[in-house]
Amino acid sequence: MNLILLVLAGIFVNNYVLSQFLGICPFLGVSKKVETSAGMGVAVIFVITLACAASWLVYNFILVPLKIEYLYNIAFILVIAALVQFVEMFLKKSSPSLYQALGVYLPLITTNCAVLGVAVVNMQKGYNFIEAVLNGVGGAVGFALAIVLFAGIRERIQYNNIPKAFEGFPIALVSAGIMSIAFLGFQGLIKI
Amino acid sequence: MGNPIKIIKNGIINENPTFVQVIGMCPTLAVTSSAINGLGMGLSTASVLICSNIFVSLIRKFIPDEVRIPSFIVVIATFVTIVQFLLQAYLPELNASLGLYIPLIVVNCIILGRAEAFASKNSPVDSFFDGIGMGLGFTIALTVIGLVREFIGSGTLFSVAVLPEAFPKTLLFVMAPGAFFTLGCLMALLNHFRNKKKSA
Repeated sequence: MNLILLVLAGIFVNNYVLSQFLGICPFLGVSKKVETSAGMGVAVIFVITLACAASWLVYNFILVPLKIEYLYNIAFILVIAALVQFVEMFLKKSSPSLYQALGVYLPLITTNCAVLGVAVVNMQKGYNFIEAVLNGVGGAVGFALAIVLFAGIRERIQYNNIPKAFEGFPIALVSAGIMSIAFLGFQGLIKI
Repeated sequence: MGNPIKIIKNGIINENPTFVQVIGMCPTLAVTSSAINGLGMGLSTASVLICSNIFVSLIRKFIPDEVRIPSFIVVIATFVTIVQFLLQAYLPELNASLGLYIPLIVVNCIILGRAEAFASKNSPVDSFFDGIGMGLGFTIALTVIGLVREFIGSGTLFSVAVLPEAFPKTLLFVMAPGAFFTLGCLMALLNHFRNKKKSA
């Protein structure tokens, strides 16, 4: 039961984009079209889930036994970078169609701070393996949900008449702010 | 050898990382609920940026092209870890309020971006000034956003009360949505002035 709550909390209450500001760069950068943002969303879900598992294993089986926990930051970023590279090569060989679909977004994910952020949160909260992976899944689905919704809004904005000064990023930021208010409504829904 | 003043000015005004290049958004939005947090985050990022710029520039001739990005990331992660230790030791309060966002300086696009775009092509001295310029540009932007949010949200500036107690406080501005609104409006304001300058 608690595990389901953990996933739901990750999606709605602690939405990584709208309440913790992780992964804002891709959120603003690749949200001009619903299709591309959905591609990004799927790629992120994929990588975050793997990264949570990998970073948990590295932390608990390499860093802790060697008593070098303070190197977690360097270790995690290397794990993530290697993982992204590996996933890219693996997909290229085994599933060219999926590779085609995700292709462009995969390398971008290395610098998505949501990936590193979730790994660090898992470590700081001392989650066990299953909790860590589920927290990652929840956070990643929340990211995908937010970016797809946001892309939908931005597609509509294009047809509207907006003040010249607000064109481009400013109007996008203001719409993100309104979305964030909507997500504040989920607060208090689940307490963990 | 470039002109130091020109390089610094470029970072603060012409290519301001926050308002012009719109990179490094995550910490910009996340930690600016008060001016002091914005300033602290800006200075931490700036010090990592200056160190990594110098170091990347020093090793730029030894690093094979294919592995340059992973090497830059390791350099940056090392300096971030050092800064985190220093904050833990000397400014524990600031460290607690910035929390998660200190380790996340590693993935701040500004730092990797400057390593790739500037430090890997220029001398250590120029890279040092570029680090100062970009770092200051980022710090100023964060402090301004922090000031606006703190003023509207809690009626204080740098934790000093400026608005009378009875004045209504818009709590929304210290919360997540306020970050988006403040940055959006500040950018619109800058756009407005730029458009005016162009048409004049």
